[in-house]
This record gives sequence, C-alpha cells and structure tokens, in this order.
Amino acid sequence: MSDLTRLTAVEIAGLVAGGETSAVEVTQAHLDRIAAVDDRVRAFLHVDTDGALAAARAVDERRAAGEELGPLAGVPVAVKDVLTTKGVPTTVGSKILEGWRPPYDSTIVQRLRDAGTVMLGKTNMDEFAMGSSTEYSAYGATHNPWDLDRIPGGSGGGSAAALAAYEAPLAIGSDTGGSIRQPGAVTGTVGAKPTYGGTSRYGLVAFSSSLDTPGPCARTVLDAALLHQAIGGHDPRDSTSIPAPVPDVVAAARLGATGDLTGVKLGVVTEFSGEGAEPGVLAAFRESVDTLAKLGAEIVEVSCPHFRYALPAYYLIAPSECSSNLARFDGVRFGLRVGDDGNRSLEEVMQLTREAGFGPEVKRRIMIGTYALSSGYYDAYYGQAQKVRTLITRDFTAAFERVDALISPTTPFVAFPLGARTSDPYQMYLADLYTIPTNLYGGPGISVPCGLSDGLPVGLQVMAPTMADDRMYRVAAALESAVGTLTPPAL
Amino acid sequence: MAAISREEVAHLARLSRLAVTEEELDTFAGQLDVILQAVAQVGEVAAADIPPTSHSVPLTNVLRDDVVVPGLTPAEALSGAPDAEEQRFRVPRILDEDVAS
Amino acid sequence: MTTTLPAYDEVVARFEPVIGLETHVELGTNTKMFCGCPTDFGGEPNTRVCPVCLGLPGSLPVANKAAIEATVRIGLALNCSIASWCRFARKNYFYPDMPKNFQISQYDEPLCVDGYLDVEVNGETVRIGIERVHLEEDTGKTLHVGGATGRIHGATESLVDYNRAGIPLVEIVTKPIPGTGALAPEVARAYVTELRDVLRSLGVSDVRMEEGSLRCDVNTSLNLPGAEWGTRTETKNVNSLRSVERAVRSEMLRQASVLDAGGRITQETRHFHEETGDTTPGRSKETATDYRYFPEPDLVPVAPDPAWVAELKAALPELPRLHRRRLQQEWGLSDLDMQSVLNAGAVELIEATIAAGTTPAAARKWWLGELSRRANETGVELADVGATPAQVAELQGLVDAGKLNDKLARTVLEGVVAGEGSPTEIMTDRGLEVVSDTGALTAAVDEAIAANPDIADKIRSGKVAAAGALVGAVMKTTRGQADAKTVRELILSRLGAS
Ligand SMILES: [Mg+2]
Ligand SMILES: [Zn+2]
Repeated sequence: MSDLTRLTAVEIAGLVAGGETSAVEVTQAHLDRIAAVDDRVRAFLHVDTDGALAAARAVDERRAAGEELGPLAGVPVAVKDVLTTKGVPTTVGSKILEGWRPPYDSTIVQRLRDAGTVMLGKTNMDEFAMGSSTEYSAYGATHNPWDLDRIPGGSGGGSAAALAAYEAPLAIGSDTGGSIRQPGAVTGTVGAKPTYGGTSRYGLVAFSSSLDTPGPCARTVLDAALLHQAIGGHDPRDSTSIPAPVPDVVAAARLGATGDLTGVKLGVVTEFSGEGAEPGVLAAFRESVDTLAKLGAEIVEVSCPHFRYALPAYYLIAPSECSSNLARFDGVRFGLRVGDDGNRSLEEVMQLTREAGFGPEVKRRIMIGTYALSSGYYDAYYGQAQKVRTLITRDFTAAFERVDALISPTTPFVAFPLGARTSDPYQMYLADLYTIPTNLYGGPGISVPCGLSDGLPVGLQVMAPTMADDRMYRVAAALESAVGTLTPPAL
Repeated sequence: MAAISREEVAHLARLSRLAVTEEELDTFAGQLDVILQAVAQVGEVAAADIPPTSHSVPLTNVLRDDVVVPGLTPAEALSGAPDAEEQRFRVPRILDEDVAS
Repeated sequence: MTTTLPAYDEVVARFEPVIGLETHVELGTNTKMFCGCPTDFGGEPNTRVCPVCLGLPGSLPVANKAAIEATVRIGLALNCSIASWCRFARKNYFYPDMPKNFQISQYDEPLCVDGYLDVEVNGETVRIGIERVHLEEDTGKTLHVGGATGRIHGATESLVDYNRAGIPLVEIVTKPIPGTGALAPEVARAYVTELRDVLRSLGVSDVRMEEGSLRCDVNTSLNLPGAEWGTRTETKNVNSLRSVERAVRSEMLRQASVLDAGGRITQETRHFHEETGDTTPGRSKETATDYRYFPEPDLVPVAPDPAWVAELKAALPELPRLHRRRLQQEWGLSDLDMQSVLNAGAVELIEATIAAGTTPAAARKWWLGELSRRANETGVELADVGATPAQVAELQGLVDAGKLNDKLARTVLEGVVAGEGSPTEIMTDRGLEVVSDTGALTAAVDEAIAANPDIADKIRSGKVAAAGALVGAVMKTTRGQADAKTVRELILSRLGAS
C-alpha cells in the first residue's frame, strides 16, 4: 500500500469502502504522520487520538455489517479550533478558553460525525480568528510546510498547514475576511468560503456574526466540494442559515475537472489585478488567466469601484461585532478567571481576566469596535461602513450581470517570514485585501493553487454570486486540471 | 492629527472591561490611531442616501415553534464554571446596582 | 436627611406632575425567547438552561414564534401600529445575570408603536398614550450572599441562576402623561391595573406582580404651571399595584421638597422600598453606560405579514373595559353598583355563576354579600374563598325550588366554604331541607295552637298580625326547616282566619 497520507479524500474513501484498507489503518497513518512532523509544523492544538480511533473503528464496523457508507466515510479531518466539540478542548486559539470542554457539538462537527469522517483533532488559529498569519495564536505560531520559517496564513493556518504537511486530507476552516482562502493560497492548498448562510454557524465561536462562514479545506477541488456537500445545508439552529439545498458543488467540480470552460464568462477585477500585489503573484495570476482562456473561458475586465473601501469597512464591521460577541468571555460561566482573591470585586476580576486572557490583537479589535459603536461615532464609523457594504454588494450584483464569476489573486503576497508583520497591525490587515469584499457581500469564494512565485505557492480566487457556489468549483477544478496540485518540499 | 488619545484608549479599555497596563496604553494609542485613520476612509464615500446592510442573507421571519427542547443538565451547565456553589455560578461581590432591562 | 416633606395637597396646588410608565411583562410561552428551554416558574437552579441561554461560545438565538405573536396581539390590544419590518438589536453592558453581556432587545425599530389605553379614574376616562411595545429577553437571577439583608450592598459574593435568563419579556412604554394633577398616583395605578387586565384577557402572561412576571418602572417629574417639564427620575423595583401609586406620590413629595429648597432634580434611577414606601437613589444617568446598540446580526428581521396581523386583530378577545360595559348593561347595574362589583373582584365569578344558570341579581347577592364578607374576614381573595360559581348556582337552585329558605341556604353555604361538599350533599347530610310534609307541619301547627289559646283567640277574632308568634313557635319546633309562608297560611286556615 502506498503512503496513505498522500492520498486524496476521494481515494481514501474508495479504498475504505472497497475494503482495501480500513479506516483505522488510515487514521493511524495520519496520527503517525502528525507525531512525526507536527512538532515542526505545529498545526494541531489538540490531537484526539482515542476519539479518532474510536470513530474509525465505528466506520469499519459499519462496513463489516454491510452498511452503506457515505462518500467521505473513514476519511480523517482536522477541525479548526473555532468549532465546539463536545467533551474535546476548544480554545479558539485563546488563553481565555484554555481547558474548556464544551458540553455540545457544533452543527458542522455533528455533520462530520454523521458523514463518517474521523476527526483527528483541533487545529491552530489566530486567537478568535483575528489575524492572517496564525502568529496571534496564544499557543504559538504554526509553520508553513513549504518553508518552516514562514507563516501558513491565517486565521486558519493550522488547518491549511495540516493539509500541506499531509497530516490530514481534509480540514475545516472558517472565513470571516479570508481565513480559509488566504491560508489556502499561501500553503498551496484549496480553501473554499461557502455562501454566507450556506454552512451553519451554530457552534462556531463567533468573531463577526454577519461575516463568519465555516467551510472546507482540502488538497484538491473535488475533495473540497465533497466536504462542502457533507457539512453544508440548512440548519434550524442558525437563524441566518439559508433554507435551500447546497448547490451541486460535487457535480460542478467533476464537470470542471474535464478542463472545458466553454461558455463561461470570467471577470478579472480591475482593482485587484494591478498595483498592490507582489510581481511574482501578479505573474502567476496573469499566466492562470491565460490558462483559463485556453480552457475556453471568455475573459473580460470588470471594475468594482467600491472594493477599495472593503478593507476599511471590514475593519469597522468585524471589530464592532467582535466587541459585542467577545463580551461573554468574563470568567463567570466558563473559561479563565484571574484575580479572584476574595477581596476584589467582580468588576475588577472581569477586567483582570479579560486583560490576561486576550492577546493584543483581540484587545485592539475589541477597542476599535467599542469605539465604532459608541454614540457620537456610530454614524461615521459603523453606520457608514454598513452603507459601504451596500455599495460593495451593488458592485458584485452589477458585475454578475456581466460575468459568471470574478477572479483575482487570492492574496497580494506569498507567505511572508514569521514576525515580518506583527509589529504593524495594519500591514497584517492587507493580507486580506482581495478576500474581504466577498465576505461583505456574502457570496462564495474559493482559492485554488495557480503556480509558484520564488518557490512559494500562489492562489487564484474565484468569486461567484450568492448560492452559486457550484460555479466557483467548476472554474477552480478546471484550473486545477491544467495547473495540477502543488507538492511542497519534503519535511 | 491623532484620531485617538491615550485617555480615550483608557476609556475604551474600561468600557471593554480590560485592565490594560500603562505601557499597553501607549502602544495601543499609537496602533489604534493608525488603524482608525485608515478605516476612516469609509467616510470618503458619498453614501447619504444608501441604505445600510446589516445582514447579507435576504431572509425574514426565521422563527421557531414554541416547543420545549431538552437542554443541559445542571452538571453540564456548570462544568466549565470557574466557581460554583449551591448549583449556581459563583462570582465575587458586585459593585454596581442591577441595571434593569 | 430629615427634611420634612410638604403636604400632598400643597404640592399639587403648586406643581404639575408628568408621569410615565415602563412595564415589563414575562410572556407565558412554553419556551424561552431564543431557545427551547422551558419557562416554568420555580425550578431548581440552572435546570432550565442550554448553550443558548447560558451564552456559551458558539451558540445562536432563534426567535420564538409564539412570543412574536403574543407581542403583536398586545400591540393590537393597545391600539398600536404593527411594524411591517423591524429588527432586534443588541444592548451592550456587562452584568453577570446577563449571560452574553448584551441583551437582545429592540431599539429604534420596535414591533409595535404609537397606541393608547383608556383607563377609568373616578368615573372619568383618561387616555394613556403608548409609545412602544417591544420584545426582549429576561436576565438570570442573582443571589447576594454574605450581607445582612440579601441585598447587593455588604454582600461578599453572589450566586447566579440562569433559569429565568432568556424568558421572553415584553416592554410596554407609555408616552409622557401630563395633566393628571393630584390624580397622578391614581392614574398610574389605574393604568397598570387596566394593562394587567388587558394582558390577562389576552392570555399572554400570568401577570403576577408578586412573582415578578409583571414589573413596573415609574417616571416622575414636576414642573411649575406653564413652565417646561421638569427633570424626571425613574423609580424601579415597583412590585405591586399599591406600590405604583405610592411610588408616584412619594417621588412627587420628594421632588417638591428638593425644588422648594432651591435644589435641582438629578436625572437618575431610584429604587422603591416596599417597607418604607420611599425611594433612594441608584445609578445616575450622567454616568450611565453607552449601550452601543446595533442590529443583532444573529437574527434576521421580523416582517409581520399584514394579513396575519389582520387575522390576529379580528381574533382579539373583547377587552376588559368593553367587556365590563356590556356586563353592566346586561346585569342592569348602576355605575355605583358596578363599581362595587369591580372593587370586590367579583366580575368573573358573577359571570360564571350566571352562566351556570342563576339570575344576575342572585349571583351578585351571594358574591357581594355572604361570600365577600367571609373573604374579608379571612383575608383571602374572593376567588379563593372556598366556593365556586357552580356551587353558588346550585345553592340558588335549591332556594328557587323551595328546598332551602334564606337562612338554611346561608348555613349550607358555610358548609360549602368549609369544604363539606356540594350544596345538595350538605343539605341532605345535615337534614337541612325545608319541611314540606303537610301532615307533620299540621301536627306542629295544631300543637302550637293548643299551647297558645290566647293568641289563637286573637287570630280567630281577626287580629291576623298575631299569627307571627305562632309561626315563630312552629319554626322553633321544626328547627327552622319549615317554610315560614306555608306555616303562616296553615295557621290561618286552621283558625278559619284566611
Ligand atoms: Mg427593556
Ligand atoms: Zn436555553
């Protein structure tokens, strides 16, 4: 048997279903790989060895009993530590939740269990998903398997690095401003942000409620589509969940894999294809645009004039919502409590707890959000940002009247060295320049590897209209069929 | 001109229940100033007659039937509590009077 | 502070009060506002909780359909316009009884706006403007430990129970009510009373002030005639109808004494003390938190379908005031008589007794007479006096059938109240039925005539009025169980005087 950790999810599921290997064997191979490389990659915050093997055994028993298995049964999956897992530590990369074992499962995790996947553990992330490098994790940075001195992107750097390091064939991320797509781009993996409301947020520890979107991460477009299919769809426990079936993303990925994009019209976003990006990133992007044209796609330029205000609008809306969402971390019902010495008042203990429990980026965003929502500032900041959100949505709507999907580089720069941007928070924010508009609009976006720049992966982003997730899978799969998957140097 | 002063940062920290240190106040004042000046760009957009978007999903009236669903046991509810007593969450003495709803 | 308070008459002669009321009502839904936890009262601590109402990380709210419906019905009953589209908002402030450290409430887009409620005060109708009716979630309950009084001051720690957290709470806010003068306290009380009755008639809440399912905040200000309205204070913790009246009155007196001394009224929250009837300052509004309201991103807008609202409106029950009017007419009562029925809290009891087959007059007689007296003596509500409308109707039926006379009926009623059984059972068991056996009665009459020859002679000679004495004697031998009229007729006929 070839190295099980190098296989795609589709291949693993096929072997398990056919009895050529067992889920336990597959799981053990991945646990071994984690044991071998994760001290260098540091993708995982918690490895649930017992839980994973038990889940794998259950799949093998079901198969032995002749039960029909789903398309991902027996496939290991790594879950970003932003999703609650019953009885399994959930930290959101923060000290304030250290040791917390939630009494309930998130909907996504429940669906992963229902699909027969095997959860290996919880992956590292920027604290509360705030960051673009995973350096803001309270538990130390994750390292990019392409170059261990570089960042794996963020906030979902742990999930992306786990894929690139062959520690897991599938992973779950969450994307508020690019936290699935940007790590995908800089690790040479595939990351898809579904339509907002297309995947349930129940059990996703909230950063910015109107933007947060859980989604699939994988090494191939088809694997991502299968995972998307398994976790997506209506959830009555999330009021913002769309009561409609998941668009047929799996069929779209298969169609795209034929390499034919005849009849598909793609718009290159003018504002995101010139200044601001590294030359190597632009070169790889331009080459991919030519490739897409060769596959039959019609390429046009589309201007989205308000996209340049997306970043400032995002850095008002997301902090505003986070300042409220994170108020519950007060040391009363769960998590850390600091300074309760019998003399201090609750107010003091709350302040000390939050001061000790939150890292600097989280504090910055809480204070920015508190500021933006204050009376006297609300209209000029939060209110105005919401109006800009409307204008960005109108840009998208107008663009999608002309083209089927929009394309751009996923991120302006390849993986940068660890520590390069931590001293200047705003420089870090620029990593999400191209991914943020989609979040403000609510539509789907995917990052697919499109080439290398100085030996580091570059991602191409495909953005589609809301609930047309299938379109982006088709385009991404077509590009993947031409470019191929990227293989990092051996660890 | 600075968008935010050290005193304002201290006020925001208080509102946010963060016991920031003197040193942090200086760092944050500088950083928040850069960020706020940058995000203030949203003000350049003429949007007086543009409606705000609070939700990107076009849904209304997502309502639940009034039917009891099993919740947590008290043990589960209190399992993560830093401190509990008499099946209740224990907190240190409270200074403020209750702010009624 | 031992300032002598001015006399109330003097205060209202010099100042004009403006009042306003904010009422919070816990809805009687099966489940909480945003989760499926039950709302029943009095469970062991933290037994009606889930990730949502505990505010656990990752949990999300989903609004309760029944709570939305109840709020719209309240709005309609209060003559409000129902919003065609509105959102929930987050009200941000830190307090340990609020699991998320924000309350999901409504801010600038309430579900119902701009209505009114007519109330009767001293026979006059006062129209109270309703500013808004909106929906929010209740907080948990905090137990303060270590202090002497169980109050927050002096406590060393507090214990929190989240059973109540998330119970749907409707907030009903009046417009400012000027022009009530000396009647301000009564108007405030009449409003809360009428509101309570309306809510009860809608069946949306058990509206028990003692259990906190109806809670009141009272705003009061004073101004000189012709001058602008004064600075208002908000008195919280007003937990009975009587307290509503007392709180307004005591705050009017306090403000007048401050103003008389040349002072200024501070805009602040004050706490009402049931024991003393006065108010003490709480948080001052000047230092109040900035709540940083913003639209709740976890909930989508509510857009009540106008056709559904029209349906709810058509199906509203007859509201208490109109209902009372109709009853007064049907029962043929004067305003004064109706008032005594209302004061006795007997409307529903009389209605039910009539429905069980009794005339209005008889039903009213029992409930306002014998039973009210009894309730007063024992200090219970009339409804809890021990007799049901069905029993009262049965009793009256026995009287109408001639089986009980008035005196016996009262004895039977005592037995009913004492829980001895139904009127018929008591009558039979205790042998209280009117003696209608003419043979036995004739014997008793003859016996009385024989024993009183002088009186018999008088009657024979036409002094019919003397028969009373013989009736008395017969009643005595039959232990009151004879029908006095029958006895009298029998005596006269035996003596040839009829
Ligand atoms: Mg309220
Ligand atoms: Zn609950």
